[in-house]
Amino acid sequence: MATREIAGKTVEVNDEGFMANPTEWNQEIAVAIAAEEGISELTPAHWQVIDFCRKSAASNGSAPTLRAITNGAGVSTKDLFALFPKGPAKKVARISGLGKPEGCV
Amino acid sequence: MFIPFGIYSKNDVIKPKRDFVPAGVELVMSPIELIDADHNRVKLSNGQTLVYDFLVVATGAQIHPEQTPGLQEHEWRKTIHEFYTIEGALALAKHLRNWQGGRMVVNVVENPIKCPVAPLEFIMLADSYFHGQGIRDKVEIIYATPLPGAFTKPIASRHLGDILDKKNIKVVPEFMVMEVEPDAKKIVSYDEQEVNYDLLVSVPLNMGSEAVGRSGLGDDLNFIPVDKHTLVSPRYPNMFVLGDAAAIPTSKAGSVAHFAVESFSENFLRYIDGLELLPSFDGHANCFIESGFGKGLLIDFNYDTEPLPGHYPLPGVGPFSLLQETEMNHWGKLMFRWMYWNLLIKGQELPLPARMTMAGKWKN
Ligand SMILES: Cc1cc2nc3c(=O)[nH]c(=O)nc-3n(C[C@H](O)[C@H](O)[C@H](O)COP(=O)(O)OP(=O)(O)OC[C@H]3O[C@@H](n4cnc5c(N)ncnc54)[C@H](O)[C@@H]3O)c2cc1C
Repeated sequence: MATREIAGKTVEVNDEGFMANPTEWNQEIAVAIAAEEGISELTPAHWQVIDFCRKSAASNGSAPTLRAITNGAGVSTKDLFALFPKGPAKKVARISGLGKPEGCV
Repeated sequence: MFIPFGIYSKNDVIKPKRDFVPAGVELVMSPIELIDADHNRVKLSNGQTLVYDFLVVATGAQIHPEQTPGLQEHEWRKTIHEFYTIEGALALAKHLRNWQGGRMVVNVVENPIKCPVAPLEFIMLADSYFHGQGIRDKVEIIYATPLPGAFTKPIASRHLGDILDKKNIKVVPEFMVMEVEPDAKKIVSYDEQEVNYDLLVSVPLNMGSEAVGRSGLGDDLNFIPVDKHTLVSPRYPNMFVLGDAAAIPTSKAGSVAHFAVESFSENFLRYIDGLELLPSFDGHANCFIESGFGKGLLIDFNYDTEPLPGHYPLPGVGPFSLLQETEMNHWGKLMFRWMYWNLLIKGQELPLPARMTMAGKWKN
């Protein structure tokens, strides 16, 4: 597995830049990845979503679906797209240090 | 899957349930009203209440087109179709028989869906069907998916990544449909992308049974959380969930349900003898995917191992090839109908292990 330095910490990443090990994640890393994704500032609304995803993944073993996020974090799908434009499921997963949303093949 | 293209008829896929229930089992045919798990009883719509020591829930998943604005309105079953119900598949078959061509858009509303490869299989069979009808040059095929691509696993992508390109099928990734505009004939995503269609084939939102929702047992989509290796409910130690009804991180597929039942049956016999459940279910799935023109693909995977190339079921021999388009894989899928009605559904043993094996596979 490849590694790279994000926000001063060396972490394992896959070939698309998703963190391989959620326990290596911290808030500075989230800020740095968000900047790479074109989100210059993480507002409380962003953190509400990120925190929910971290908690959900810790108990279910995988990044939550969009529906689970909107129900669980209390944001509408429309707002979620405004917070994390163009593919929120993938962006939130990456910023939260979780695996990419995947199909079976 | 075969019905929209006139390959199978209704009689090929529907038989009375009673014919398959063994002697000694009492079959009660009635919708479930409520599962009262705190009191170990199931209320049926016919007024009966069944009291249980152990409960196995296997209520599957159903489609919910009403959850997407515009989908199930005046163009439903006219220019907007689905193939996840028998009525839908038959209506689509009729539509396709007379279709003169245009732009066909296949859209998955949201995951998880039953048989996650079904939309891929559908577009590849459609490509082949339109060739056969002599109208392929008049048809544009577009696949709009919420996922980052048609293939998302690294090894499968490497082996199959260009298969849709070669068939001239266009993929619109990360498309989360917000609404359908049936009069303007377009689907609109939450981030305001639009895709126009002449024929929309939707895979509507899949949800677990409403009875599960009513009983307070499900998650956001009415799927029931269970331990992924033993299939027992963490809330009720006498409740198990098998098949699509369970919220576990593997595909909702018949093959998964089959392997889960096999591992569960052995485990359950231990459990009622007072022994601990073994963490024996590995999420094993094995899916034939028709790719058109008399060929097919086969994938085999579980919770931990993504689909890999190789041979199945006999290492080095096959006869089936994993992650490769072959005629033999197509024959495997056709043979399956006979196996299903004559062996599988009667509970006879197949010479295939329930757990996935690495034998005969390679990792690149
Ligand atoms: C188009 C299509 C193609 C597919 N292709 C494949 C394939 O190639 N390979 C593969 O492995 N899988 C495939 N699948 C998936 C497969 O069909 C399902 O995964 C499988 O049927 C799941 O079995 P199950 O017993 O869990 O649920 P189901 O077969 O859905 O059975 C659930 C049953 O519960 C009943 N039920 C639900 N609620 C209630 C209630 N309240 N009261 C009473 N009864 C209720 C339903 O009526 C139904 O009979 C495909 C699915 C579709 C739609």
